[in-house]
Amino acid sequence: MHVELLARIQFAFTAAFHYLYPPLSIGLGLLLVIIEGLWLKTRNPLYHQMARFWTRVFALTFAIGVATGLVMEFEFGTNWATYSRYVGDVFGSALAAEGIFAFFLESGFLAILLFGWDKVGPKLHYFATCMVAFGAHFSAIWIVVANSWMQTPAGYHIVGEGLHARAEITDFWAMVFNPSSMDRLMHTVIGAWQAGAWLMVSVGAFYLLKKRHRDFAFKSLKIGLVVALVASLLSLFSGHESAIGVAKNQPAKLAAMEGLWITQPNAPLHVVGWVDAKTETTHGIAMPGMLSVLAHNDPNAVVTGLDAIPRDERPPVNFTFQMFHLMVGVGLLLILLAIIGVIAWWSGRLEQSRWLLWLMTFAVLGPQIANQAGWFAAEVGRQPWIVYHLLRTSDALSKVVTAHQVLASIIMFALVYLLLFAVFVFLLNDKIKHGPDDEDLVITGRLADGLAQRKGEAE
Amino acid sequence: MTFEHLDLNTVWFILVGVLFTGYVILDGFDLGVGAIHLLAAKSDHDRRLFLNAIGPVWDGNEVWLVTGGGALFAAFPDVYATVFSGFYLAFMALLCALIFRAVAIEFRSKHPSPRWRAGWDISFAVGSIASSLLIGVAMGNIVWGVPLDAQGEFAGTFLGLLHPYPLLVGVTTVVLFAMHGSIYLVLKTEGETQARVRRWVNPLIIAFILCYVIVTLATLLYVPHMTEAFRQHPWVFAIVIPVVLLIANIPREMNVGKEFLAFLSSCGAMAGLMAIFGIGMFPDLVYSLPAPEHSLTAHNAASSPKTLGIMLTIALIGVPVVLAYSASIYYIFRGKVKLTKLSY
Repeated sequence: MHVELLARIQFAFTAAFHYLYPPLSIGLGLLLVIIEGLWLKTRNPLYHQMARFWTRVFALTFAIGVATGLVMEFEFGTNWATYSRYVGDVFGSALAAEGIFAFFLESGFLAILLFGWDKVGPKLHYFATCMVAFGAHFSAIWIVVANSWMQTPAGYHIVGEGLHARAEITDFWAMVFNPSSMDRLMHTVIGAWQAGAWLMVSVGAFYLLKKRHRDFAFKSLKIGLVVALVASLLSLFSGHESAIGVAKNQPAKLAAMEGLWITQPNAPLHVVGWVDAKTETTHGIAMPGMLSVLAHNDPNAVVTGLDAIPRDERPPVNFTFQMFHLMVGVGLLLILLAIIGVIAWWSGRLEQSRWLLWLMTFAVLGPQIANQAGWFAAEVGRQPWIVYHLLRTSDALSKVVTAHQVLASIIMFALVYLLLFAVFVFLLNDKIKHGPDDEDLVITGRLADGLAQRKGEAE
Repeated sequence: MTFEHLDLNTVWFILVGVLFTGYVILDGFDLGVGAIHLLAAKSDHDRRLFLNAIGPVWDGNEVWLVTGGGALFAAFPDVYATVFSGFYLAFMALLCALIFRAVAIEFRSKHPSPRWRAGWDISFAVGSIASSLLIGVAMGNIVWGVPLDAQGEFAGTFLGLLHPYPLLVGVTTVVLFAMHGSIYLVLKTEGETQARVRRWVNPLIIAFILCYVIVTLATLLYVPHMTEAFRQHPWVFAIVIPVVLLIANIPREMNVGKEFLAFLSSCGAMAGLMAIFGIGMFPDLVYSLPAPEHSLTAHNAASSPKTLGIMLTIALIGVPVVLAYSASIYYIFRGKVKLTKLSY
């Protein structure tokens, strides 16, 4: 196989595997802030028990996230050396900022979050929880900014020619706030909230089905469901904003997402479909005019089709189409499930509807599928460019790395990640089976001192 | 902020050096704990103490590598690209070792079966030793020089990286980290466990000093470009004096029971060794052998002054904050390790 294809497979595989975990860390980070905040406010020990349990789950996802994230940072240099030379001046500074502002924050305060329960007072512990969640969100900011710069470069100029050409920063803030960064950041973070929220809903629903830890399960399910509902609705808006941006900045990608071959007003939006690239046609069920609405808020607006894009600048159409539709479809189903869940909860029928609880148990897969599919659509839809309209993926490889080396490392990562994933599932299952600790209903150490003291002050 | 009066390239040469120095000092002790994990511990209890001694901090220590790598990417993209693609298989092996080590720390405690724990113990120890060795081998190659072509691309082979000098530096790194880690463990443990660890400290100090002498002789004899700066500016030789004194101070403090001072001396010695490494290399980041004119330097491999200035602003804001809360986290987790239900 060709080295370019192998390098792309390796990056896609390691990035996709890595991205199972950061959304959980970001989402659970937010939920831990909410739960521990509720505990400090109400002093209901149930919240303390929840915070402890979900912290243990958080730690598990965080550990694998760090280990697989280090790989990503190395891979830019190992497999994409030409790209690294080209973008280092721009991309590197975002990555370095991520290290200094986000990773140190996360990993430093994680120590207090995990091991500090009995060593620090409740306020300091809560501060640490907030800092970990903040750090997780901050890391999303910098990496999405860097990736968005690859989609919609801004604030740079090109220095040198041919082999020695590279992008240099002219305006740091224009680079940070490039045309797509804020829309994509919102959409990414909201997707991550859903990953965390649905995990909580799923575990809560599972316990209700098995009639275990009823109070704990109910509280987790409710908090998870509220966050899931809000986040999934927000996703609609951030997705719409992103679509408008893609239509404006990356018309080739939008055309591929929808399999739109001919530039036209009143462009249709497919519910499902199949793209035949040979005959340049798209078959499926479509809603007339809706793509024009999605992209331009106007059913009569003209949407650019693939006919306006030179053949050697078109992304793989069917793959991008399917990934985009998978993301949208799963996203819509999650909204529906969240609404049904909230109605069932309000009408007091949640515990009786076993089918609904089973659906919720498996819904944990939903945001993961949607997040993965969304990224595949975004990254494959940018092809053949690695940096949009500046650098082709085929020109971005490491010149000195051979196909054999890449293949060897793919095999290594496949084995290592398979093992990691098996261990992750085993341990997550173990934690869920073990459930929350009843000991955690009794608050110990300096956390208890702090609370007693504050009670004393209040009296 | 503007830094018109600063030689930003030199500043970033130093700052990247500082980040990697932070990494070797901090991750050095937890890698070192891994290196003696199978040897100095006798029971599951000992091993748990070892892991929990580094438990709250190893993660943050590894971030120094991530940030150092990020800073190298941003400040000297050509160096990042050349070294990471050139040392491809070595870095893949390093990643593999670091992953196994990291997950071993997390996963070992999650299941009580002895076989499960023994498996992760081996993974932790082998991962730690392999990581230390590969870091040392990479540094050894940077010191020795690697073949670069006119474009600044790596022109050697994987096996070519494994010649005696880098391997010697690799072994020295393993021994140095093991010494550093064993002193840290003496600080963090007590009773019988501490006595067992203590037996390893002196042999490791002696082993390190032997390695250090051999590496120094080899460098003086075979790596002339590393001594150039010291010949041209004899006053920088002064740095060697505190380094040697600090190394000599380690066994002295250990023998009078001042382990914390011994540990600080070890940290100081490592910082000094990194400084000597940096002075010897400057301004080269990757020395090209046999064609020194192709070397990547702080000037020809750097990002634009604009980016270096932006990053310096980021570093000036971020690093003091990082240092402040890192120090307070070490303070919160000071003292001897106690096993609780939160422990690994």
